[in-house]
Amino acid sequence: MFGWEFPPFKSGGLGTHCYGLTKAMTSKDIEVTFVMPKAPGKVHSDFVKLIASNQVRAYQVEGSGNLRLISASSSISSPYLTPEQYQAMLEKHSEFFRKHKNILSMKGGRVLIQDDCAALSTSTTYGQNLFDEVFRYALKGEEVAMVEDFDIIHCHDWMTFQAGIRAKAVSGKPLVVTVHSTGFDRTGGHPNQYEYDLEKMGMHMADRIIAVSEFTKSQIVKHYGIKPAKVSVVYNAVDHDVLQGEQVQRLNETDKIVLFLGRITIQKGPDYFIDAAKKVLEIDPNVKFVMAGSGDMMGMMIDKVAAMGIADKFIWAGFVTGKDVDRCYQMADVYVMPSISEPFGITPLEAIANDTPVIISKQSGVSEVLNHALKVDFWDINEMANKILAVLRYKELNHELKQHGAMEVRAMTWGKVADGTIQVYHRTITE
Amino acid sequence: MASICFYFQVHQPYRLRRYQIFDIGKNNNYFDEQKNFQILKKVADKCYLPTNRLMHSLIEKYDGKFKISYSISGVAIEQFQEYCPEVLESFMDLVDTGCVELLNETYHHSLAWLHSKEEFKRQIMLHKNLMKSLFNFTPTIFRNTELIFNNEIAKFIQELGYEGIVAEGADQILGWRSPNFVYTPKTANKIKLLLKNYKLSDDVAFRFSNKTWSEWPLTTGKFVSWLKAVNGDTINLFMDYETFGEHQWRDTGIFNFLRHLPEDVFKAGIEFKTPTETLRANSPVAELDMHHLTSWADTERDLSAWIGNKMQDAALKELYKVESSILKANNPELLNQWRRLQTSDHFYYMCTKWFSDGDVHKYFNPYDSPYDSFIAFMNVLQDLNFRINSNSNNLNFNKKELKEEKADLSYIN
Repeated sequence: MFGWEFPPFKSGGLGTHCYGLTKAMTSKDIEVTFVMPKAPGKVHSDFVKLIASNQVRAYQVEGSGNLRLISASSSISSPYLTPEQYQAMLEKHSEFFRKHKNILSMKGGRVLIQDDCAALSTSTTYGQNLFDEVFRYALKGEEVAMVEDFDIIHCHDWMTFQAGIRAKAVSGKPLVVTVHSTGFDRTGGHPNQYEYDLEKMGMHMADRIIAVSEFTKSQIVKHYGIKPAKVSVVYNAVDHDVLQGEQVQRLNETDKIVLFLGRITIQKGPDYFIDAAKKVLEIDPNVKFVMAGSGDMMGMMIDKVAAMGIADKFIWAGFVTGKDVDRCYQMADVYVMPSISEPFGITPLEAIANDTPVIISKQSGVSEVLNHALKVDFWDINEMANKILAVLRYKELNHELKQHGAMEVRAMTWGKVADGTIQVYHRTITE
Repeated sequence: MASICFYFQVHQPYRLRRYQIFDIGKNNNYFDEQKNFQILKKVADKCYLPTNRLMHSLIEKYDGKFKISYSISGVAIEQFQEYCPEVLESFMDLVDTGCVELLNETYHHSLAWLHSKEEFKRQIMLHKNLMKSLFNFTPTIFRNTELIFNNEIAKFIQELGYEGIVAEGADQILGWRSPNFVYTPKTANKIKLLLKNYKLSDDVAFRFSNKTWSEWPLTTGKFVSWLKAVNGDTINLFMDYETFGEHQWRDTGIFNFLRHLPEDVFKAGIEFKTPTETLRANSPVAELDMHHLTSWADTERDLSAWIGNKMQDAALKELYKVESSILKANNPELLNQWRRLQTSDHFYYMCTKWFSDGDVHKYFNPYDSPYDSFIAFMNVLQDLNFRINSNSNNLNFNKKELKEEKADLSYIN
């Protein structure tokens, strides 16, 4: 399995998914070898074998049991970028590719030839970046595929697609790719051409595609020219092991807390959240809005809040990790996910697991599986504000959402995700 | 041989707009006129008008031997008057044939019994007067919203002078007994009970078009053979009138079924009787003792579709809390809006029981979710409260003004 993230190295749902999925799979007697770009020195997993893809012939093996994790020691300090760094690299790199179009030509089903990668890795201008890393990872993926024994190749998102394609070419084994998000989601509908090309190639070279929602499946069909029959939907789940027994922190006696938690980027709709906040405050001034996360729109959002004269009502928590995430959910009276395009969206499930009611945008995959949530169109700020106020005001609404939401979310387990994924494997192998 | 007693429920609620918190204090237009108009038009075209025509032709064809009964809620009639008067006219024509009985219910199709006996009684009287003024008909049989029934209701209705009540033939009421006889409530021996035969009623109302049902397709011949096999005095077929053409669409063959049913029934030597005829022709075979509330809803036949979750209970409690101040306000518009909010459908929309499964509750819900319906309802209630308060302030203000005017006049004089 090729995955870019594995906890604690993660920035979003992809890492959460890989962890939950592989853990559940190995308990179902599926052996998983997991290849990731960074040596996971801190990973303590009793079910995992890690392989460092930069030292394929002498890789460190961690863990035991059915899962092995292979990691590629990275030439850069961390392959996990901040959204600002990521954006900057993306722009630089697509410029490079506009100048060297021949590199992207497909040759016998292979994305890149060795020379191209050599050219890339010797390129001083564009060395040390994510895309360089992606190619190095792809080459190592091929080497891993030559020495490891396996029945199926499974890739997660575009960064790993080339590795998967190369592994398929040398082993002849079928390839499954999971699409956790597309360039269209991440950019508000204007994907980067380079990213798009890699995504499209991976999807076309795959034998089967797993989408995390019907919403994402429809994007794949519409924007990437894939036949619907090739795409299976397997919904995400959530880890139910949340922080417990800790006294919930309050800001003060009176103020209620409305939480935004996610990257502060165009995809997540932070500006709609702020517009709705303004409306809420016109009716009820005793509300505080916590924004947990960072991203390329953060500066702009801070300016916006100041310009609207509601800066004193906002708390910027920055990027939160680990148990602080649970603390954020638990101190909030309601969690809002106003994404403009969300392939799935695990965070509302996390909020509910922490006993906090949620308001989610209808433009999300999670709204397909979550009934006991309030739903709004992300652009309908009046309705978003109306629902925020309703949850804060009507305690019975709050109670029913929590109670039924908890029951619903409890049924969403990684075991079910593993079952769905294994079904796709069987189908792919027998086809 | 048992006779057949048909009763059809005709009802349409005034559905609420998506009333937002921002509307409170600014907008007292609570009901979604466009949606209510569209739904009424649709149901009129698919069900009320064609079914009424068919009923009328059957009554004529069989020379008064085909008999039916309706309970038509006051809020449905108001919407007929407002949006589709020809529906009301066709019901009037049907009643004029003399083969149609009308039952009495709460005007606003409400759950008033649960929260205010006085309001319950007022709404029954409003509906009774409406039946008299529109149809020149005085009902003798009572039907409570969703067939909600127990001993206490029976006693209350007996005191109002009715001859009988229709109720669900729920297993909780009947136990081993059959619904195909006339009973009397233990607490009210002067009135008689007609209990729905839910198996045969639901064969038509729910299962008619269900292709996975082992008896599908249901023909009149097959259905009449089941009626013939019934041992008892009456077969009470009670259902929503919207069964014809709306719940069961025209292309399921439901209209052909209805058209040919009387012919096969008469061939089998079975009669049709109105509810009052049925009561008068039969003596009660036993007393029934029913402490718990039953209804005709869902498989539980209880009240859990309307009450029981925290949102439903809070909404009902808040609604009836303003009863005395609404009555005191002496403002017909406020009173009318408050009563339209009592219609049971509003609380049905808030039901979370099977929301996850996406079943019949979802189909009948004009909102995306029970939570959305609760939010709209509570926002409306807040505005209503706001208006009650400002209304009483205005009243006081007016009184004061009047006094001042008088004072001025006396000065001139």
